[in-house]
Amino acid sequence: MEATIEVAGLRKRFGQTMALDGMSFTVEPGQVTGFVGPNGAGKSTTMRVILGLDAADAGRALVSGRPYASLRNPLHHVGALLDASALQPSRTARNHLLWLAHSQGWGARRVDEVIEQVGLGSAARRRAGGFSLGMRQRLGIAAALLGDPPVLMLDEPSNGLDPEGIIWMRGFLRSLAAEGRAVLVSSHLMSELEDTAGHLVVVGRGRVIADTSVAELIAAASTGRVSLRTTARSEAMSALAHAGATVAATDRDTLTVTGLAAEHIVALLTRDAVPFSEVTAHRATLEDAYLDLTRDTVEFRAGEQEATR
Amino acid sequence: MSTITPYRSPLRAGRDGFAQLLRAEWTKFRTVRGWVFIATAAALVTVLLGLGFSAISHSSCSEGPIEVACPTPPLGPDGEAVNDRFYFVNRSLTGDGSITARLTSMSGIITYPPPNHDKIVPGLVPWAKAGLIIKQNTKQGSPYAAVMVTAGHGVRMQHNFTHDTGGLSATFPRWLRLTRSGDIVTGYESADGKQWTKVGTADMTGLPDTVRIGLFANSPGDLTVEQGSLGGSNTQLRFTQTSAVFDQVSVQGDVPRGAWSRDDVGAHGMTDWERYQRANGLVESGGTLTVSGTGDIAPSSDGQSIERTLIGALAGLIAVLVVAVLFITAEYRRGLIRTSLLASPRRGRVLAAKATVIGLVTFTAGLVSAAVTVPICTRILRANGHHTLPVSSLTELRVIVGTGALFAAAAVFALGLGALFRRTAVAITVAIATILLPYLLATVSGLPLGVSQWLLRLTPAAGFAIQQSVQEYPQVLAYYAPQMGYFPLAPWAGLAVLGGYAALALGLAVLRVRQKDA
Repeated sequence: MEATIEVAGLRKRFGQTMALDGMSFTVEPGQVTGFVGPNGAGKSTTMRVILGLDAADAGRALVSGRPYASLRNPLHHVGALLDASALQPSRTARNHLLWLAHSQGWGARRVDEVIEQVGLGSAARRRAGGFSLGMRQRLGIAAALLGDPPVLMLDEPSNGLDPEGIIWMRGFLRSLAAEGRAVLVSSHLMSELEDTAGHLVVVGRGRVIADTSVAELIAAASTGRVSLRTTARSEAMSALAHAGATVAATDRDTLTVTGLAAEHIVALLTRDAVPFSEVTAHRATLEDAYLDLTRDTVEFRAGEQEATR
Repeated sequence: MSTITPYRSPLRAGRDGFAQLLRAEWTKFRTVRGWVFIATAAALVTVLLGLGFSAISHSSCSEGPIEVACPTPPLGPDGEAVNDRFYFVNRSLTGDGSITARLTSMSGIITYPPPNHDKIVPGLVPWAKAGLIIKQNTKQGSPYAAVMVTAGHGVRMQHNFTHDTGGLSATFPRWLRLTRSGDIVTGYESADGKQWTKVGTADMTGLPDTVRIGLFANSPGDLTVEQGSLGGSNTQLRFTQTSAVFDQVSVQGDVPRGAWSRDDVGAHGMTDWERYQRANGLVESGGTLTVSGTGDIAPSSDGQSIERTLIGALAGLIAVLVVAVLFITAEYRRGLIRTSLLASPRRGRVLAAKATVIGLVTFTAGLVSAAVTVPICTRILRANGHHTLPVSSLTELRVIVGTGALFAAAAVFALGLGALFRRTAVAITVAIATILLPYLLATVSGLPLGVSQWLLRLTPAAGFAIQQSVQEYPQVLAYYAPQMGYFPLAPWAGLAVLGGYAALALGLAVLRVRQKDA
């Protein structure tokens, strides 16, 4: 059975609000897929539909080719972290995992393994009600890992983690994906996913805006501008224009070149012996690309809310 | 595109059957200390309140200024408490034989009846009895079989206190015959002494060869119950007496010659009426025998019933309702229900497993506490001078196991309410208002009898009937009201009503949890 998540044409309406409006994407094994979009874009609803907690009005959601509700031994197929605070406060961390393990026919040994795996060993017998949000996130990850599943779905797992915890989480998620698991991680902050995700599903207003690799997304957002600092402005301009680039003078000794990659520019100027002191390629950040993509949906939402007031 | 080897877990696949779900729910229950505490408290409070009630409850009797041990009422052949008081005109009979007599009239008096309670009037209460009886001896509680005419219920054949069979309606004069053949005693009636109709037979296995045979008359107290204007009831019992006139008396069989023996069975003291007007006894005039007597031959419900020791179960039940509601509403409050539904996407089974676990936990609490309370507290009550009504061990077992079943059914009902309302305070309030409130209204508030009885038929409070050990007898006129411990439904029928409510609440909860987004 292939470890995947497939979502196709999900629609769901909450009263007046269209929470999901044709949400479709696939999560492949072997990489972390970032599920990113502004708050209210439908990320959590999509995850709940995939897990059979919410029913969609239309469309289908499959985990490893099957609806979640039909999975036998479900925690062995999918691990999920939705709300790290969903705990009985007076129950210890270990006992919280123990009842989950018992529901799938596993014993206390497996519980102790995952507790160690997420670094909660020393707090295992403490009441979960006294845990910080970061510790709850770790406990939630432990619950998701209990069945050692090939598919993982984590809703904002870095929430409440300290910087050290965030670094741990990034490495942990990458290593889980490297084992061949399909890992879907949602966030409303692209920066959180920048170093973790290999693939991105960007959503807004209940549908997918972009479904692409991180490299492609950055390339698409980058305009390909190169700035060039040179004392021989006119020679440089004619050499580059000759090669087909668009060149504009920015100030006395700086040119902005579009239409040629930086390495081409360097080769060209070197060949023609035109002196230059600095070549800078402008690369968009993932955050820039994300903001570009979602700006419309966010503004539109804000406008819509104004209108309904 | 690179080929990725999907992850293969080395973890062996588990099982997610109902057994695993039960174990998970049990783990959930036992790992919250507060819940274990409340469930334990349900059992403890039941025991402790029962002990406290028994320890402070004393009964004493005195003869003049001297305190004496209270007389213990007689016990019938099956060990049940009985009344056994009548005037007995008798002789001995060895082996098979029979007695025949014509009963020409019955009359009697009732002392100070309503409305003005100011005089003694002639009259008979419905269960005033006169007729023929065969009895092991003249001791109270010994086995007997009798055929009789009653003032209001026609000819009856009765034996060993609890058995009662109706005959044809009586018109005077009425011939009666009672025949012993081995262990079988048969009663007959006739309008003319020639055409006989069988009224009933009694299997009197164990009756000795030589018994007492003869005529009897008695009359139970005149009972009235007044509903108070502010609720409550006022029960009065007044002295009555019956005189029956027999003639054509003949006894067949091995009987000694000589006069009749006269025994006022169960007599203790005399009323002024008996002292100055007409004492119980026999007046012989030619072939006519007039027998006057008072009292009743019937089961008795005077004394403490065993279920009185389970007074603490009411408080215990509150704890049961609270813990059952919390067991489900805590999951909704914390959002933990989603985790439960992820582990078991078949949602109805989650509720079924929860109901099973809370049912078993509370059943155990009820069973254990009742098994401790009933035997210990009845002993304490007896030591404190109370007469406790003896019950068969099967009845005692039913009361004890029934208390567990009552707790379990109430817990499942409360769990269902919790899953329906998803709010702790609402569910607990509804549970208490539908189980405990109708019970209290029906038993201690003094609502009219009919209202009380309907409350205990229609509401979940009907389940308390499973604790009733006292029995209603049609041949005994008594105030069979919830205040006196008598439920309108039979024990198991009452429990079935509560069980029905529990099934309904749980069923609706399953529908709701299936339909809605979690």
